Amino acid sequence: MDLRHNKNFTAGAFITGLMVGLILIGMVWTPYDPNAMDGRAKMLAPCARHILGTDNFGRDIYSRVVEGAGATALIAAATVAIGLVAGLIIGGVTGYYGGWLDEVIMRLNDALTAFPSILLALVLIALFGGGKYKIIIALGVLFIPSFARIVRAEVARQKSLDYVASARLMGAGDMRILFLHILPNIVPVLLPSVAIGFNNAVLAEASMSYLGVGVKPPDASLGRMLNEAQGYLMSAPWYAISAGAAIILLVLGFGLLSEGLGGDGHAS
Amino acid sequence: MAVTLLLISLLAFLAFQFIPGDPVTNLLGSDYTPERAAALRHEMGLDRNVFVRYWDWLTGFVTGDMGESYSYGMTVGQVMEGKGAVTAALSLMAWLLVIAISIPLGITLSRYQGGRLDRVFVAMNQVFMAIPPFFLGILFTYVFGLVLKLFVPGGFVRPEQDFWGFLGYLVFPALAIAIPKAAMVTKLLRSSILGQMGQDYVRTAYSRGNSRWSVLKKHVLRNALLPVVTFVAMTLADIVAGSIVVEQVFALPGLGRLLLASIGNRDYPVVQCIVVIIAFVVVFMNYLADVVTQTIDPRIRLG
Amino acid sequence: MTKRILALAMAVLMTAALFVGGGQSAFAASGSAADAAGEITVGIASDLDSSLDPHVSSSLAGTREVLFNIYEGLMKPDTQGNLIPAVAESYTVNDTADEYTFTLREGVRFHNGNEVTVGDIVYSLTRAAGLETGEPLMATLAGVKAVEATDDKTVVVTLSAPDAEFIAYTTAAVIPEGSDPADGIIGTGPFKYVSRSPQENVVIERFDDYWGEPARCAKVTFRIIDDGQAMVMALHSGAIDLAAHLDASQAAELSGLNVLEGSMNLVQALYLNNARAPFDDIRVRQALCYAIDKVMVIDLACDGHGTPLGSSMYPAFGRFFDEDLTGYYEPDMAKAMELLAEAGYSSDKPLKFTIAVVEAYTPHMNTAQAVVELLRQTGMVEAEIQPMENATWYSEAYQGRNFDATITGMDASTLTASALLGRFVSDNAKNFIGFASDDYDAAYAAAVSTTDADEQTAKFRECETILTENAANVYIQDLADFVVTQTDIQGYQFYPLYVMDMSTVCRVG
Repeated sequence: MDLRHNKNFTAGAFITGLMVGLILIGMVWTPYDPNAMDGRAKMLAPCARHILGTDNFGRDIYSRVVEGAGATALIAAATVAIGLVAGLIIGGVTGYYGGWLDEVIMRLNDALTAFPSILLALVLIALFGGGKYKIIIALGVLFIPSFARIVRAEVARQKSLDYVASARLMGAGDMRILFLHILPNIVPVLLPSVAIGFNNAVLAEASMSYLGVGVKPPDASLGRMLNEAQGYLMSAPWYAISAGAAIILLVLGFGLLSEGLGGDGHAS
Repeated sequence: MAVTLLLISLLAFLAFQFIPGDPVTNLLGSDYTPERAAALRHEMGLDRNVFVRYWDWLTGFVTGDMGESYSYGMTVGQVMEGKGAVTAALSLMAWLLVIAISIPLGITLSRYQGGRLDRVFVAMNQVFMAIPPFFLGILFTYVFGLVLKLFVPGGFVRPEQDFWGFLGYLVFPALAIAIPKAAMVTKLLRSSILGQMGQDYVRTAYSRGNSRWSVLKKHVLRNALLPVVTFVAMTLADIVAGSIVVEQVFALPGLGRLLLASIGNRDYPVVQCIVVIIAFVVVFMNYLADVVTQTIDPRIRLG
Repeated sequence: MTKRILALAMAVLMTAALFVGGGQSAFAASGSAADAAGEITVGIASDLDSSLDPHVSSSLAGTREVLFNIYEGLMKPDTQGNLIPAVAESYTVNDTADEYTFTLREGVRFHNGNEVTVGDIVYSLTRAAGLETGEPLMATLAGVKAVEATDDKTVVVTLSAPDAEFIAYTTAAVIPEGSDPADGIIGTGPFKYVSRSPQENVVIERFDDYWGEPARCAKVTFRIIDDGQAMVMALHSGAIDLAAHLDASQAAELSGLNVLEGSMNLVQALYLNNARAPFDDIRVRQALCYAIDKVMVIDLACDGHGTPLGSSMYPAFGRFFDEDLTGYYEPDMAKAMELLAEAGYSSDKPLKFTIAVVEAYTPHMNTAQAVVELLRQTGMVEAEIQPMENATWYSEAYQGRNFDATITGMDASTLTASALLGRFVSDNAKNFIGFASDDYDAAYAAAVSTTDADEQTAKFRECETILTENAANVYIQDLADFVVTQTDIQGYQFYPLYVMDMSTVCRVG
């Protein structure tokens, strides 16, 4: 597949590149300190000094959007990492061995999937405490079941294939077969789910922060900004639109990228 | 399925062991003294072992007694009255909108594959899939509610008072939920049809002189709809579970808002009931999706 | 064939259009319903307490403000902060302030139509004071020793200790003898209770046999809209007629409507846990008082609307409020740094603490954000906001006393200085900040036992001064209270208490 002629990939790479670029630049430089308040510059419309205007504390919206997008992307990436690693271990072991352990863990998995995620998140946040790094753990746990399910199905399929049998004949141990032989073979299947997972994690973080469970103020978060902005829709629609657009661009970029890479890109 | 539901209800019950605060802290609020709290806990039976309480709840629930709400002084049934209908109406409407938008659109787009219309819609589809429903809700409130004044944000009416008004108010929340999902289904359907169109049997059908529409109707759609049906079934489960946030945006008094409020009040009989209902829908729809898939394509074994 | 597909697509579009049309008719329908004569819809931010029992449900200010319309006591507060006779026609108090004699007003009826008798009053006070159970339902009535009807028009209340403020506590609701509010909500107020639906609404209706000035509107629906943003939208769209307790920026967003500014009547402060490090050190507490510029906080968080406070008292309390304390700590960064340095902090070893704030209370959250930012600018303080649910706040911070600092508002449920100051007595169960001062305890004891009004005022002011001098808390403000109504709604009145009197509100034109 020649990626250069793949429009989805090109567009996705462009948007993702743009967002990642802005976020990276934002880490070392933003036009204003994202948390600095200015009582004389509240609710300004976009202008030369504040390209996306200011919020109800006179904070620069552009700086906060960039910081918030960074936080969201970081949380989403870390969430997926946790979900993926734990999902690989759990799904791999249950898929490989099967039996009653498989049965029990998959039942638990089903239950977690059907559990209202907001309640689960509240419990986990109560356990770990709120804040940027804590919510990563909470969301990460939420994402384990879906990865575990995919890995399990794939491992169960792979283990009946010839190469596994021959590895076993050569005396390889279970763990060795699982992680050195089977794992590399399921990576291609996992790639699209990683992209989907990332997008779902972005949306989950944004929804949680919107509902007020998540990143602590005054730190910027796209979901929380949307919540605040909702009150100023009439006088300052650009506030909500800026924060919303950042979420859309993050998700869109990744969706297109994963599609370009051959996944189907949509959440399920 | 029953095992899963049982497990979920147990998990939900245990969840409250980990969250700080209990119904008593909330009921007493600033009038709290340790003595009064202890007395009230005893009176409410909260000082008993958590598994004993769970067993009590479970036996009650199975026999149709959902218990008494801690924060409203009425039975759970009374608290839930009318709330389930709102969420059900919202979810169903959103789900029907998903189907009503995506099936015709997917078919039309596949017809014009590669054309300008197709390209524009496929690009738009990508964007719509990326919009979080609650943000779409906020945009709708602004554009249709405040600028165009097509509906009254916050002006929810009960179906008993004004049935059409009730449905009318749900249109925009339902659209906010439906559009991103519809975009996904459209895309899935379009690529599914296109995938089938390249198959040998389609060429054979064409060579017999069938028109494009009859090939589509008689042969392609049947096969192309298979993955879509599964996905659409699971979408309903997603919509029900995801309506919490959108109910918040549109101030809809549905199960989601009640769930959030009851978690806040530590009112577990109510939470318990809502969790089981939502979980039931999710588990059931997933099960249904499996059954449908299996019926249409017997090669797939139920997992 | 394409035509058919197009036709199908058209059909779908038209169905959608029909739905949208349905939305429009909904607008017309709900609009006309709300226009029905004298029906007013009020948005309230939180659902009411469980039982609507006026004697126990005093914990939520939001519940009290609605119940104010349904229940009345022997006395009731007026808009000026005076107590006026309600179910009682008059009262006398003996010289030692431990015996209060009430004369029943004639012709006062309950919502069930029965006339109020002395038996009802004795029952209500006995129940609220817990004379039979030994466990007072209302802490304010804990000092009641006996309640007795001497004839069919007179009730005598005896106290176990003199209390000159007791009359303010007789606002406790009068309910029918032998009744339990769990079985039916019956009071004597200008409105009677109709129905409630959890997380949705509470409906009350004008009581036509009310003894006083009848309510000006026939029906009030309190609609629960727990999201501040949704509340603004609902006002904007006309879905509700009135909402109180909005903040300055919300009010600014609604400038086309009637905007009234009053005050919330509460003491918003950065409450400090005096009982443990780092705030067991008075220098640290004082440093924060110098570092946090209240006026600046009000500017940033509340667009400049709000009354700066210097102690646990707000201006509506008139003579008890000591204005001079507001400026006791002039903002002085150098002094703050010096005190922090003395206490062992520096920019390399900054003072770190967390501020517990209830997530849902936007005004406190906004204040917290401004406070954290101002403290960050000192370079020696790293404060972190700990957002939490209401239930968590109660169990961890308020009841568990497991917190460093918290921003919240303390209001008064009765028109007495002790409602605000009582909690800081060292052994008071509600003393969640763990403040302990012998001078304070002595001054407070003197204030509540004296019958001399001037001495009482002086002693309460002494209490306030002790709180300020010890920097018990970083006092910030009495929040501005914006009430926004549609342009055809008139008659809203502010009280010096957290109540919402709907009886004077009406629709005109």
